[in-house]
Amino acid sequence: MSILEPSVEVLKDLHHRMLRIRLFEEAAGKLFEGNKMPGFLHLYVGQEAVASGVCVAMREDDQVSSTHRGHGHLVAKGGNLNQMMAELMGKADGYCNGKGGSMHICDLDLNMLGANGIVGGGAPIAVGAGFANKYRGNDTVSVVFFGDGSTNIGAFHEAAAMASALKLPVLFVCENNEYGEYTPRHKVMAITDVVDRAAGYGMPGVIVDGMDAIAVHEAALEGLARARAGEGPSFIEAKTYRYYNHHGVQTLGMKYRTDEEVEEWKKKDCIEGFEKRVTEAGLISADELAAVRAEVQAEVDAAVEFGENSPYPDPSTLLTDVYTEMV
Amino acid sequence: MSAETAAGGTPAPGTTVSMTMIEAIRSAHHVMMERDERVVAFGEDAGAFGGVFRCTEGLQERFGEARCFDTPISELGIVATAIGMAVNGLRPVAEIQFADYVYPGYDQIVSEAARMRFRSAGDFTSPIVVRMPVGGGIYGGNTHSQSPEALFTHVAGLITMIPSNPYDAKGMLISAIECNDPVIFLEPKRVYNGPFDGDHDKPLVPWSKDPRGDVPEGHYTVPIGKAAVARPGNDVTILTYGTMVHVAMNAAEQAQVDAEILDLRTLLPLDLEAIVASVEKTGRCLVVHEATRTSGFGAELSAQVQEECFYSLEAPIVRVAGWDTPYPYSQEWEYFPGPNRVLAGLRRVMED
Ligand SMILES: Cc1ncc(C[n+]2csc(CCOP(=O)(O)OP(=O)(O)O)c2C)c(N)n1
Ligand SMILES: [Mg+2]
Repeated sequence: MSILEPSVEVLKDLHHRMLRIRLFEEAAGKLFEGNKMPGFLHLYVGQEAVASGVCVAMREDDQVSSTHRGHGHLVAKGGNLNQMMAELMGKADGYCNGKGGSMHICDLDLNMLGANGIVGGGAPIAVGAGFANKYRGNDTVSVVFFGDGSTNIGAFHEAAAMASALKLPVLFVCENNEYGEYTPRHKVMAITDVVDRAAGYGMPGVIVDGMDAIAVHEAALEGLARARAGEGPSFIEAKTYRYYNHHGVQTLGMKYRTDEEVEEWKKKDCIEGFEKRVTEAGLISADELAAVRAEVQAEVDAAVEFGENSPYPDPSTLLTDVYTEMV
Repeated sequence: MSAETAAGGTPAPGTTVSMTMIEAIRSAHHVMMERDERVVAFGEDAGAFGGVFRCTEGLQERFGEARCFDTPISELGIVATAIGMAVNGLRPVAEIQFADYVYPGYDQIVSEAARMRFRSAGDFTSPIVVRMPVGGGIYGGNTHSQSPEALFTHVAGLITMIPSNPYDAKGMLISAIECNDPVIFLEPKRVYNGPFDGDHDKPLVPWSKDPRGDVPEGHYTVPIGKAAVARPGNDVTILTYGTMVHVAMNAAEQAQVDAEILDLRTLLPLDLEAIVASVEKTGRCLVVHEATRTSGFGAELSAQVQEECFYSLEAPIVRVAGWDTPYPYSQEWEYFPGPNRVLAGLRRVMED
């Protein structure tokens, strides 16, 4: 597609969101490897173009439902890095007061309905949100991000069936990074393109280069417009790749894919490629890109400091937020 | 040690090797797949990768892809396929990666596996084993820490087991695979690598330093439905299982109470005989589990003890359990019923 199509504003926005995700994730990975962060950490590094491309295309009132690999979706929706980092560290100032952790961050003010520790859990929630939007008669769209592996679980299929049967304003965005944990897609799926599943639900589907934020953005605009116009759900398959281990950076250190494969994908890096394109096309200067990077890095550094300085939740809060009223 | 733990099971032959609980579970798979070609093992990442907790490592290499394989992410499919295999003569051992993921498969477990024998007047059985790691202690938050045993013990037709050490894990898993009824096999992940006594600041004690980590290489069984005396005593009976066996031991030492700790091992069918004998002797009963308290398995245990041992009881039964909340992420140790809470429970049950 033509580089000239999106406005410079949109290009800058895409770049900014991708960088915010990348630098946040790199910092989180370092903390995790340095044992400053307990639990599980599913990093989004490599896939930034997908969340950014889609979220730039979305309106603020559009909703996102996400996955266990959800940091990128919340950052792209405008998430507060301080609250995110604090949550990852299990601190009281985190999004969930330190009680949720990496897989359970959400921000309803930003219409980010939540990361999800249960594979497949996010899709039906987006469908329900889509129903509520249609019911209210507004033209808000709900977007669900999900992995290739998650399309093997019933929840995905039931959500897709429901959304298409009820013609709901939902956009299904599959991030096909070719693996579910440590198992390659071809071992557990008889199709190569996940988008083939959309046809079974009468949904239009497209494949996009998930390492190209501009391409993702364009596809998302189409799907969102279709949903807004009352024409029902559609499906985007973004071919992408995660650079780090399924969980952590290199935690398990066990081989399930080759270094060469990882290096091949890194050559298509969404941020490097993007920066090269926009500078070569003379749309954004290298200086400006560097300035944005420095600014985002400062924001991330501040988030790390914020997280480190935040206290752990007080033991008296152990039973809060289980019911409306404490019983 | 071995002979005593295995009381009632088949004796363990030959040499023992030091194993973690993970290695013991792996060894049980090996032994059974070697002996019985009907046995197959599968789950998410369970084939080529060997499982995220490594319990099936090496099985695919040894027995081939047909007998140890990776499944799609599909907990319902995993359980359902196991049931179909079982009614058609195989002995499937299915791995659910974390117990927290089992809920889509719960329908199949409850509606199909548990009732297969009943609704076919005994013609069909569903001899499946569904293995799953349970419990907290690894900062898994609300979707990677749960202890759902009561959801299974509430279902007639299921057998529910939970070992607390490598020796039992292997012998119990072999019994489970040989059993003609469906078995839910819960693995307390916090003690996969060592006996965790609830003190999370202490470095991990590996199973190699514990006699219960001495595991026979060959075939042996630990019988279904038999509790073990983890610590003999006279003044109070502690009924517990899984990780909490070790926490209870720690608390009993600290309290300097002559507590008898029963490691239940099989929750259903329950070893009521062992429970009654112990409570009649001690006159007091403390029930300890990690799962949330309300409608937890401790409620069943308390009711049984009350029904069977009322006239022997010198004090009300006390329960120590997880709080009634989803498992919090950073408040792991506030949630977890650690040695201090067990100690407080012990003091209370010893009061009058
Ligand atoms: C119901 C359920 N089953 C299994 C898991 C464990 N699990 C977490 S992520 C994952 C792989 C998901 O693969 P995919 O959907 O492709 O997302 P990716 O990790 O590649 O982003 C699995 C199996 C889970 N969290 N929930
Ligand atoms: Mg994937």
